[in-house]
Amino acid sequence: MRYGDLVAVDGVSFGADHGVITAVLGPNGAGKTSTIEACEGYRSPTTGSVRVLGMDPAADQRKLAEQMGVMLQEGGVYPSARVIDVATLFCSINGDRAVPDELLEQVGLTERRNATWRRLSGGEKQRLSLALALSGKPEIVFLDEATSGVDVGGRAIIRTLVRGLANDGCCVVLATHELDEAERIADRVVIFNRGKVLADGTLTEVRGTEQSIRFQVARPLNAVDLSIHLDRPVREVTSSTPENTEYVVGGASDGALIARLTAWLSEQHIESLDLRAGPARLEEVFLRLTAAKP
Amino acid sequence: MKPFVAQLRSELQVMLRNGEQLLLTLGIPLILLCFFSKVDVLPTGTKHPIDFLAPGILALAVMSSAMVALGIATGFERSYKVLKRLGATPLGRPRLVAAKTAAVVVTEVVQFAILIPVAYALGWRPHGADWLLAVAGVVVGTIAFAGVGLVLAGRLRAEINLAAQNGLYLVLLLLGGMVISFAKLPTVLRAIAHLLPSGALADVLHHALSGQSTPAGSWIVLAVWAVVAPPLAASLFRWE
Repeated sequence: MRYGDLVAVDGVSFGADHGVITAVLGPNGAGKTSTIEACEGYRSPTTGSVRVLGMDPAADQRKLAEQMGVMLQEGGVYPSARVIDVATLFCSINGDRAVPDELLEQVGLTERRNATWRRLSGGEKQRLSLALALSGKPEIVFLDEATSGVDVGGRAIIRTLVRGLANDGCCVVLATHELDEAERIADRVVIFNRGKVLADGTLTEVRGTEQSIRFQVARPLNAVDLSIHLDRPVREVTSSTPENTEYVVGGASDGALIARLTAWLSEQHIESLDLRAGPARLEEVFLRLTAAKP
Repeated sequence: MKPFVAQLRSELQVMLRNGEQLLLTLGIPLILLCFFSKVDVLPTGTKHPIDFLAPGILALAVMSSAMVALGIATGFERSYKVLKRLGATPLGRPRLVAAKTAAVVVTEVVQFAILIPVAYALGWRPHGADWLLAVAGVVVGTIAFAGVGLVLAGRLRAEINLAAQNGLYLVLLLLGGMVISFAKLPTVLRAIAHLLPSGALADVLHHALSGQSTPAGSWIVLAVWAVVAPPLAASLFRWE
């Protein structure tokens, strides 16, 4: 898929099954949204083909729309429109397969039914967008950054709903740049970077057998010294809590290694705030994959 | 049919919730009609200003709803990704366009249902009016103005579109023979005015509602705008 001279999506091939949550992952600009929009029928690939429920999305968008739910990355509702009116509109358009008030109850927006879109918080807007995507009881849903900007409670509601959809046999395709979120919810991941697929498989397959130790400290440490001390690669990663710094020690983790690490931290008078050992997280896999294929 | 009705209801709800739209489609035409029919300061070229103003204001009402209100709303719907979102529903583009068209027609019916009785109350007596011809003019004018409005709305950023629609509204109002008679315009502006859709529609309504035969030139100009503008809008339109 091209935009002028820019190749946004290059030779991508993957499938998604019913009853499975497939997360399409990657940083902003990786080609996720372009790929999802080709599946939704908004864009046509420059070369190659796309099939959704056996249909060509661009040519059969209206027919496909009867079985497809779409949640855009943002927007999609007129600011002065009321929540209940938008839900009623989408239920009517989709043949009254869902009841507007029940839909709002599912996403926890019953008390906001008379509010206008412009009065909703970012998380409430995302939840309403999800409700609209579900208004046609779809066979397949495309959710673009479904949990972006959503608070903890809202995320839990969205996760429960999405898992329920998959359990009912719906094919769920979730595009996100939040690797932690994908790790919590997805059954299968497709990792994008610079328009290409770097990895595609179940969470276990993509993580592989790689092990690691992760820990957070309140102040930066000398990763090179620690790496020499442990005789293992040590890497600083983006922390989920900005006030702390997070590090990853690569390789298999055993009790002796953890003991050497905690002893070294103690000698340096550095308090470890959170230390976990086990399978590598998606973020580490992603960093390793993108480092290998710049 | 139900998706169409639901979308039409949504279009009308959004319009009713937007005070600017109500001001544009109903407030301004009513104010101009009432004020200038009683305060004789405009060069209307008639003994009773209402005789000139009433058909002109009806033309203005058509321009307000079919071009400016539709154009501004559509521009913002593109910006807010409303059109994109609806594009992935079973509604489909044909029914979306049909619902928007129907919303404009409903608005015009409401406008006329208010403006015509008010004009009568202000002393307007359209002797020998050919209402059928006037309705034909309104239909062709609606198509022409909707095309012009969507040419801008389908291409420009929402805020620029808003400014462009309002600017065009003012130019077409002043040069369109709606509140100022063509005869009072300088020669060059008069020639330009006759080529504008507003000038052509106002001319058609002035003649049809006063029992005079309308110059063929105005019908031709209006028809050309109605034939050229909508396909141009369709070819230039970007849904997001």
